[in-house]
Amino acid sequence: MSITFYLPKDAASLALGADRVARALTRAAAARGLDVTLVRTGSRGMLWLEPLLEVATPEGRIAYGPVRPGDVESLLDAGLAEGGAHALRIGRPEEHPYLARQQRLTFGRCGIIDPASVEEYRAHGGYRGLEAALAAGPAGTVEAVKASGLRGRGGAGFPTGIKWNTVMLAESPQKYVVCNADEGDSGTFADRMLMEGDPLTLIEGMTIAAVAVGATRGYIYCRSEYPHAFAALETAIRAAERAGFLGANVLGSGKAFHLEVRLGAGAYICGEETSLLESLEGKRGIVRAKPPIPALKGLFGQPTLVNNVLSFAAIPWILEHGGEAYAAYGMGRSLGTLPIQLAGNVARGGLIETAFGLTLREVIEDFGGGTASGRPLRAVQVGGPLGAYFPDTLLDTPLDYEAFAAKKGLLGHGGIVVFDDTVDLARQARFAFEFCATESCGKCTPCRIGAVRGMETIDKVIAGESPRENLALVTDLCEVMTDGSLCAMGGLTPVPVMSALTHFPEDFSGRGAKLPLAAE
Amino acid sequence: MPSHELGRGAGREPWDSGRAAGIIAEHARREGATLPILHALQETFGYVDGEAVPLIADALNLSRAEVHGCITFYHDFRSEPAGRHTVKLCRAEACQAVGADALHEDVLRRYDVAWHGTTRDGQVTVEPVFCLGLCACAPAALVDGEPVGRLDLDALADALTERAA
Ligand SMILES: Cc1cc2nc3c(=O)[nH]c(=O)nc-3n(C[C@H](O)[C@H](O)[C@H](O)COP(=O)(O)O)c2cc1C
Ligand code: SF4
Ligand code: FES
Repeated sequence: MSITFYLPKDAASLALGADRVARALTRAAAARGLDVTLVRTGSRGMLWLEPLLEVATPEGRIAYGPVRPGDVESLLDAGLAEGGAHALRIGRPEEHPYLARQQRLTFGRCGIIDPASVEEYRAHGGYRGLEAALAAGPAGTVEAVKASGLRGRGGAGFPTGIKWNTVMLAESPQKYVVCNADEGDSGTFADRMLMEGDPLTLIEGMTIAAVAVGATRGYIYCRSEYPHAFAALETAIRAAERAGFLGANVLGSGKAFHLEVRLGAGAYICGEETSLLESLEGKRGIVRAKPPIPALKGLFGQPTLVNNVLSFAAIPWILEHGGEAYAAYGMGRSLGTLPIQLAGNVARGGLIETAFGLTLREVIEDFGGGTASGRPLRAVQVGGPLGAYFPDTLLDTPLDYEAFAAKKGLLGHGGIVVFDDTVDLARQARFAFEFCATESCGKCTPCRIGAVRGMETIDKVIAGESPRENLALVTDLCEVMTDGSLCAMGGLTPVPVMSALTHFPEDFSGRGAKLPLAAE
Repeated sequence: MPSHELGRGAGREPWDSGRAAGIIAEHARREGATLPILHALQETFGYVDGEAVPLIADALNLSRAEVHGCITFYHDFRSEPAGRHTVKLCRAEACQAVGADALHEDVLRRYDVAWHGTTRDGQVTVEPVFCLGLCACAPAALVDGEPVGRLDLDALADALTERAA
């Protein structure tokens, strides 16, 4: 009888040697004359356990991890095929405390199914959302999205249903649906995990959107730093086309939807939606002034729905179970679930999908197990490079858009980066300016020039050159950038800088700090 | 021209304008074809030669300045060949939190190379990137497009040896 193994081919698992484990397993099984099927899945998101090898048994799937190639022989000796006892045995993944406490609506299939298989996708509930949307019609679909309370997961948190409604009502012979898969924020990887582990959920979400707003063409703009996600999307799109879920006649409904994935070229600013559209049009990714909003005048001047990967990926569940069911999760005006990404100096980094409302401390301590170095935690940056650095005293802030804003922070895309007490916040503030200087689109002066000046001025502070005067200058500069920038790149760079200054003033005394590295 | 093969031992063909014109023609009718064309050229030749600019401009009915501006705007596109192997090191915050800055100093010193530079033997080009989505197994790198997590000097040397084999 054939034994079925499951092993991720998610980029993070590959980065930790999953392919080497696959080769070792295949070789060892052949030597033992075992008949083996190896299914390559996405990751469950317990990244400190990757590569996580699972085996199908009558009691369900049993997991082992982290598995190194050298562990394979001893695992087989221990009766791996029957889920036998071994030092690396995790047991049933669903019962692991990290997973058991989660509410996986969007990531429910990720790490479980073969991402390229439409049959498995359907067997695990896939395409029920699209069927429901076709039955509900465009207006009914948009109503369900509104009722769900879903807010864009790309960072700004704009209500998705309102955006869909605007595009639906726009009159034009050609409309577009565009997925923002640029995921440039440091500490975020949920988009990547979903695209690699369950790309059909994104494709189904975009198809529902297209049918709802009346678009026949769609693009996924995937960053070039994600070659594996790009490949997984291409494979999944072809599989969906073959099965009749994409193309000239979606599910026999008479509606057409043609979807294509495009590769970015290494520019953070192309995550900003108007810059992304310029890039898709074949131009430099320079931010456009709004209005007009993309919903009315977007790609090639046509009404365009732009949403983040996770926003689209939440849609199939919402359509299958109803908007109200989704809205039953969460707190305040942050409804549904948030895929949290925990990384940096943390013992158990990974993906955690739960309803909004957990506190930062719960995530870092209960899920993350504290710092990886074992040293005291000192700072946490939430929301990517434009997010605030929080000290320990703010760790009881719940994950909620408004609660974060009240603490002058931002939840953004839900990325949490943990730092221990070796961090130097003056250096981090310098990096924020440096990043802005490198990645600015160059359209407005406060951002283009201000970031360079900010970096130079922080260098002076670090060198101990009139720190008080120079910090006053930094504060002024931040005000100008906040008020005078066209987009959030220049407008929010002051957030990490000022949070570092406010919460960690002792790092800016200019004494004892070593000079930062010349960056480039 | 699978552009997702990006960086994987790519670009072994010497520059050839005739071949380039063929590649451009293959993509020219796509909506917003500039980036797909530039990726395909870099995939084939390892860089985008200056001779490509008028070819693309003609094919897409753009000015040469627009095409040139596009090439220089994006960090990915190179105007001259890189080394045999490309190492992209993540310089963003999650990697910093586990010592990436110090590691990068060591890497640059060990290979005697600067950011964006190529080692003297032409083997390795080192480039900074901001986040590879491997933040939970940082420090991270892409070596010829293949991800490496928990990077240190030995892991980098191993990855390069594996790629060379
Ligand atoms: C500098 C900058 C970078 C951004 N990067 C991303 C990104 O990588 N991914 C993303 O989905 N949204 C990003 N956004 C937000 C987008 O502009 C836009 O709000 C979002 O794609 C809308 O989708 P949503 O409503 O589903 O979140 C960025 C915004 C700015 C200002
Ligand atoms: S703030 Fe910066 S990135 Fe945004 S439009 Fe202005 S120059 Fe471009
Ligand atoms: S911050 Fe380095 S991989 Fe994300």
